[in-house]
Amino acid sequence: MRLKLFGNGLISALALAASIGIAEAKTDIIVAMQLEPPHLDPTSAAAGAIDSVLYSNVFEGLTRFGPDGSVNPGLAKSWTISEDGKTYTFNLHDGVKFHDGTDMTAEDVKFSLDRARGDDSANAQKALFAGIESVEVIDPVTVKVTLSEANSNFLFNMAWGDAVIVAPETIADIKTNPVGTGAFKFSDWVQGDKIDLEKNPDYWGTPAQLDNVTFKFISDPTAAFAAVMAEDVNAFVGFPAPENLPQFEADPRFQVLVGSTEGETILAMNNKLEPFDNIKVREAVAHAIDRQAIIDGAMFGYGTPIGTHFAPHNPDYVDLTGLSQYDPERSKALLAEAGFPDGFETTLKLPPPSYARRGGEIIASQLRAVGIETEITNLEWAQWLEQVFRGKDYGLTIVSHTEPMDIGIYARPDYYFQYDNPAFQELFAAITSENDPEKRSELLKQAEEMIAKDYVNAYLFQLAFPTVADARIKGLWKNQPTQATDLTAVVWED
Amino acid sequence: MLQYFLKRLLSLGLSLVAASVVIFLALEVVPGDPAAYMLGVNAQEDTLNALREQLGLNGTILQRYLSWAGGLLVGDFGTSYTYRTPVSELIGERLWVSLPLALYALTLSTLIAFPAGIWAASRRGSYADAGVMGVTQLGVAIPNFWFAMLMVLVFAINLRWFSAGGFPGWEDGFFAGMKALTLPAIALALPQASILTRVMRSSLLDTLGEDFIRSARAKGLTRGQAMWRHALRNALIPVLTIMGLQFSFLLAGAIIIENVFFLPGLGRLVFQAISSRDLIVVESVVMLLVFAVIVVNFAVDLAYALVDPRLRRRR
Amino acid sequence: MKIFLHNRSMLPGLVLTLIFTGAAIVSLVWVPYDTTVLNIAERMKSPSLQHPFGTDQFGRDILSMIMVGARTSIAVALVAVGIGMLAGVPLGLAAAARKGSLLDEVIMRMNDLVFAFPSLLIAVMITAVFGASALNAIIAIGIFNIPVFARLTRGAALTLWSREYIMAARVAGKGPARISVEHILPNVTNLLIVQGTIQFSLGILAEAGLSYVGLGAQPPTASWGRMLADSQTMISLAPHLALFPGLAILLTVLGLNLMGDGLRDVLDPKLRRSRS
Repeated sequence: MRLKLFGNGLISALALAASIGIAEAKTDIIVAMQLEPPHLDPTSAAAGAIDSVLYSNVFEGLTRFGPDGSVNPGLAKSWTISEDGKTYTFNLHDGVKFHDGTDMTAEDVKFSLDRARGDDSANAQKALFAGIESVEVIDPVTVKVTLSEANSNFLFNMAWGDAVIVAPETIADIKTNPVGTGAFKFSDWVQGDKIDLEKNPDYWGTPAQLDNVTFKFISDPTAAFAAVMAEDVNAFVGFPAPENLPQFEADPRFQVLVGSTEGETILAMNNKLEPFDNIKVREAVAHAIDRQAIIDGAMFGYGTPIGTHFAPHNPDYVDLTGLSQYDPERSKALLAEAGFPDGFETTLKLPPPSYARRGGEIIASQLRAVGIETEITNLEWAQWLEQVFRGKDYGLTIVSHTEPMDIGIYARPDYYFQYDNPAFQELFAAITSENDPEKRSELLKQAEEMIAKDYVNAYLFQLAFPTVADARIKGLWKNQPTQATDLTAVVWED
Repeated sequence: MLQYFLKRLLSLGLSLVAASVVIFLALEVVPGDPAAYMLGVNAQEDTLNALREQLGLNGTILQRYLSWAGGLLVGDFGTSYTYRTPVSELIGERLWVSLPLALYALTLSTLIAFPAGIWAASRRGSYADAGVMGVTQLGVAIPNFWFAMLMVLVFAINLRWFSAGGFPGWEDGFFAGMKALTLPAIALALPQASILTRVMRSSLLDTLGEDFIRSARAKGLTRGQAMWRHALRNALIPVLTIMGLQFSFLLAGAIIIENVFFLPGLGRLVFQAISSRDLIVVESVVMLLVFAVIVVNFAVDLAYALVDPRLRRRR
Repeated sequence: MKIFLHNRSMLPGLVLTLIFTGAAIVSLVWVPYDTTVLNIAERMKSPSLQHPFGTDQFGRDILSMIMVGARTSIAVALVAVGIGMLAGVPLGLAAAARKGSLLDEVIMRMNDLVFAFPSLLIAVMITAVFGASALNAIIAIGIFNIPVFARLTRGAALTLWSREYIMAARVAGKGPARISVEHILPNVTNLLIVQGTIQFSLGILAEAGLSYVGLGAQPPTASWGRMLADSQTMISLAPHLALFPGLAILLTVLGLNLMGDGLRDVLDPKLRRSRS
């Protein structure tokens, strides 16, 4: 009897100690985001939500993006590039294990790259791998990739979420049970609600500070607001309602990080459709638009005006907003010159995000002021892809291009805005094969200027990326150089 | 009776086949390719084709209809295009939100409507009656999603008694689940309770006017006694019929309220599936709901026919 | 006429209905502010003398938006009721005239089938197929009005077919079609008017719901449901954005329901006796 009492006392003393321990350093976190991944294979879908949960947390590639967008070593600790820029030899980290305990070796790298570029590949960014001619295993920690031609973007391409390293043994179930090499391993997915990750105790690199991570999916902006206010979630990455941010900023419980993204938000014009095949009309549209009113009205002030298709935080960015200043009179004059003194009618097709829906209403009103009448159609993403992106059945549309360094889309004449300029295509080919950073930067600036002067699209603003978090959380990414919620360095502070 | 039963059963089968064809064809013409949606803007044509092949989207219409309908017959709802899990599992999970929500709302509506209806009927013509009827007029006219928004503003954002949306799942405990369903259930129950109150009242008043009540009154029962002992039971038949209708409405019709509160129920499942062109999920859920309604109607018809043989000939 | 106005529900119902139809008609020629012009600098202003209901997230005058929105709601609901009547009443008359025939069976089974579909889901499906627009909202709502009117008409017509004067007309050699038009239809009109009012108010609620989930009228057409949807994230900043459009829906539907009740009392003497 006495012994039992003693036993109870010991247990409660231990429990007390344990609870004090927990109070000192919280090691679990609930991170909310708007979109739920459709499945958990980053190598076979375009859905950014997959990367937002898994990139760098669960899956890693040969290289990885840092918080500032730089390309850093990932599973490859170093590499050598041949003189002609065609052969990359990667030296892998030793002793890397997948979450199922098997070793990650050069064979897995070969498997992953070959799978992504193979004939039956379902990779959404297959073009990233297009230049790969062969992948050879030299030894378990060395792999040689040969390209058909030099590609200065190759290391950058290998950092994408679509290029992470997966294992052949676990590939069959990857969509519901992803097995990677990251600092966290997947533990549970309640569809429609949340995904749980737990710390990987055998991680090859710097271990994560958190033990448990829960990603919660709250697509409704009102629910998002209430969930943060009620502290049901510790952080909300990509907070969907910019109008609510000032309330969080005023509240000492929260910190608000407004970071930049790779999302160039543009009013795209169908360059092969009358009257947008006329550069004067495109210029008129560009001058009819008051960027600040759109940023204020649609994004409540969050967003940086842009004058070309390039991210302002990039060192190679040139501010070209001066080419398309808000000037309705000039716009009307240009329309008259182009043969539309009374304006014209066109369609404005809008995908679901609020930047497009709200921005669309404002743009419609601005265009009406210079005589351009628009018929607004709100589309679901699937319809938008079908009608606008693939069908090219539209006059105007608003969309944010969130892929990093995607100015190359202007070199594709079949791309949905149908800009077909051989001079630009040549220029872009030169950029791709240029390995000298300074020359490359010069060429990029030329490219930015060329599309701005051709008024291919009306460039609106760089999408902001707001994160609202508990004030005690440190180490969250502020910017979104790629779609990711890298929690490997996140820690609670007192 | 057997002949009537067989005839109704045949008509039930035909209805189900017709419904499945209508649903399938309607969704065949939905613009938007599920494969294109999944692979996004940088997908290449060969990748798209490979995925379409994997999803079984490349067969002819007839082949695809037969494989879908054939699967339904043996309880196989197919595999979701986007989630890559069996549709029956998705539906099963969502039912655990939609079903309790519908039951909760129906319970609330009954708890409000029965006393209110009886009270109004027993004080017919009084200010109390007029007051109850006035409130029910408001309850029928109020858009429930607006009412829901106002409740969120007051109870979730200002008072912080409830969370504004989402569902924690039943694993967090029964009360956590019920708490999350409370505001949605109230929003759903309000118009239903108003309708039910009116039906209850008028049904009671009708019954009170009938001969057997008069004779009961003549035997010396007070109005109140007559109502409790005789009228109420008889007045319940139309009330229960309406409740049956309301239940299937609540199960399928909560789609807007599920959107306001971000509940992972059946309605939201269909809504999301339509926007991601996960057609097999849409087809299967709509078919399931239609099946439920048709079978419930069939059962009600049969029950009536058993009770009242005259009805058999009338149809 | 006296009985008309002395009815307890009729007068308030009529007044509310007139206010909103009036606002809709006036908005065709005049609104306080142009609703197609956005003024970001003036956004989310609280109610004031210049803007009695305040301004919305784009700086538009909410009173003007509600007036224009009334037009959308009323037009959508009215046309949807029209579709329901134009298709449903003939079907109901035909089914009653050929009671028990294959035609009757087919019509009634088709009605059951439409009834079996969860209406809102079908509306969502229709707009997914054909795109979100006011027209498709009308079609989606209209389709579900057809069985309502078909059943009502068939039921009422069946009781009429057993009346003596119909027998007389039959004996006089009139065909079923002629009897339906000349004798049945005029006698079910009152019923149809009452039901039409109720379906009208349900149509307004349905239009608001569809617009709320983004499947109704598209911008820049003002719509009450979409005003509510747009205001949802701003409800804690500026509650008036959600308050006034919601009240507009509530009062319009209330007005129509009250008017429907009143009309039933006035037009259907049998019910009048049992109700008050």
